[in-house]
Amino acid sequence: MNRIKSSLPALGVIVALLVAWWGAIVVTQSLIFPTPWGVVTGAIELLVNGTLWRHIGASLLRVGTGFALAVCVAVPLGLWMGWVRGAYNTLNPLFQMLRPISPIAWIPIAILWFGVGDASPIYLIFISSVFPMIVQTTVGVHTIDKRYLRAAENFGVSRATLFRQVVIPAVLPQVLVGMRIGLGVAWLVVVAAEMIALRSGLGYMIMDSRNAGNRYDLVIAGMIIIGVIGLSLDSTMRRLERIRWVRWRYAQ
Amino acid sequence: MHSKIEVRGLNKSYESDQGRLVVIEDVSFTVRDGETVAIIGPSGCGKTTLMNMIAGFVRPDAGAIVIDGVPRLKPDPKGILITQHGSVFPWLTVRENLMFGLNGHAPRNKAEIADRYAAIVGLKGFESSYPHELSGGMLKRAELARALVVKPEVLYMDEPFSALDALMSLRVRNELLRILAEERHTVMLITHDVEEAIHVADRILVLSARPARIQAAFDVPFPHPRRLTSAPAQELRVAILRELGVDHYGG
Repeated sequence: MNRIKSSLPALGVIVALLVAWWGAIVVTQSLIFPTPWGVVTGAIELLVNGTLWRHIGASLLRVGTGFALAVCVAVPLGLWMGWVRGAYNTLNPLFQMLRPISPIAWIPIAILWFGVGDASPIYLIFISSVFPMIVQTTVGVHTIDKRYLRAAENFGVSRATLFRQVVIPAVLPQVLVGMRIGLGVAWLVVVAAEMIALRSGLGYMIMDSRNAGNRYDLVIAGMIIIGVIGLSLDSTMRRLERIRWVRWRYAQ
Repeated sequence: MHSKIEVRGLNKSYESDQGRLVVIEDVSFTVRDGETVAIIGPSGCGKTTLMNMIAGFVRPDAGAIVIDGVPRLKPDPKGILITQHGSVFPWLTVRENLMFGLNGHAPRNKAEIADRYAAIVGLKGFESSYPHELSGGMLKRAELARALVVKPEVLYMDEPFSALDALMSLRVRNELLRILAEERHTVMLITHDVEEAIHVADRILVLSARPARIQAAFDVPFPHPRRLTSAPAQELRVAILRELGVDHYGG
């Protein structure tokens, strides 16, 4: 009951926006811009002929691949940079310089290196999500409370035990934060990347709908679907914060 | 009894914005095997620095710490440090915390030993709990058990009870005394609580304000269990407080 109550204002804003949108179409009698209902029928049309699922699947697959690759590189690299001072001093300046470059700026180079197939957007997703995850993991190692490292030193445990039972679990919550940021950026980038080339994906669907006969109802339907999927990806990552190994961080 | 810990001419200073800050100046004392020595002093006098040096985490500028006749250069499991804020790993259960320092046992034995020590400190039934599910007093017991389980010869306790409320502090202290009566560890206790020192220690060293020097030493000849309200205990308390610069206590 409380949850419904607290989400009422948010719902109200969305409803008000839809009403304003509809009203604006009625008043201006726009021929190109669709009504909210037009968007719904457009989405249903795509659902029925199956193209929507194909595009969603293609986008998710690219994000999944690029993001998974980024996790595999970022987590070990971040741990190493966090633990070994020399590695941090050597690599951090380079990464800090590469990090603010928008993934969009990488598109020409991605096309040059990987062509216009699936590899280009996967590379763009990789490059955009790998840096935030490296940074978060490194910060995670640097912010491990000294008293825990001291305790481990005091008990004279092996390096393997130190890593397995102290460093990794202590850093895991920060890694999850990095993954949440990384996945958000990845989803942002895949749509942008798909607008350039390719023949599938939600980004392609939006550009194609516009080019093939000004189907703005499908453009807006695509945008809304992107938003909804982005939201559910983020809440999935949030749900990971409740797993056993990181719950300690959010308790209290 | 032979001396377990020998502290010889310890000096330590830090560089600060105002120049060199001498924290510890020529501190020497010995702790006998099985003895409980409390070190008491005004806050900020360098007690924690002194403890960190003796436990092996900080190197002194001059002087030596000799344990069982061997100079101490780094921390080891023969002497476990327990601090005010504790270092029970929040991501491990009580059992896993207790098993942490147990090397060279079969896994099943480790769990058995861990559970036995959990029971000793009164944490039976909480072996699978995470630290955030425990109260402050239970957390302190868990830390004590994790130290005891590796059978250390020395316990270094740096204000171990000061994060607890008065009642809980008293309870955990009693628990500690009960365990010490059975296991005969050598204990170094740093505190700012005179009553706590009289309750637990065989001998009390009073440190001066910075730079810390040993200003006075008191024997605590009362048998356990101690009555802190007895006249001799109160007299000792007044004498120690006077050393700490509190002349008028209770009129």
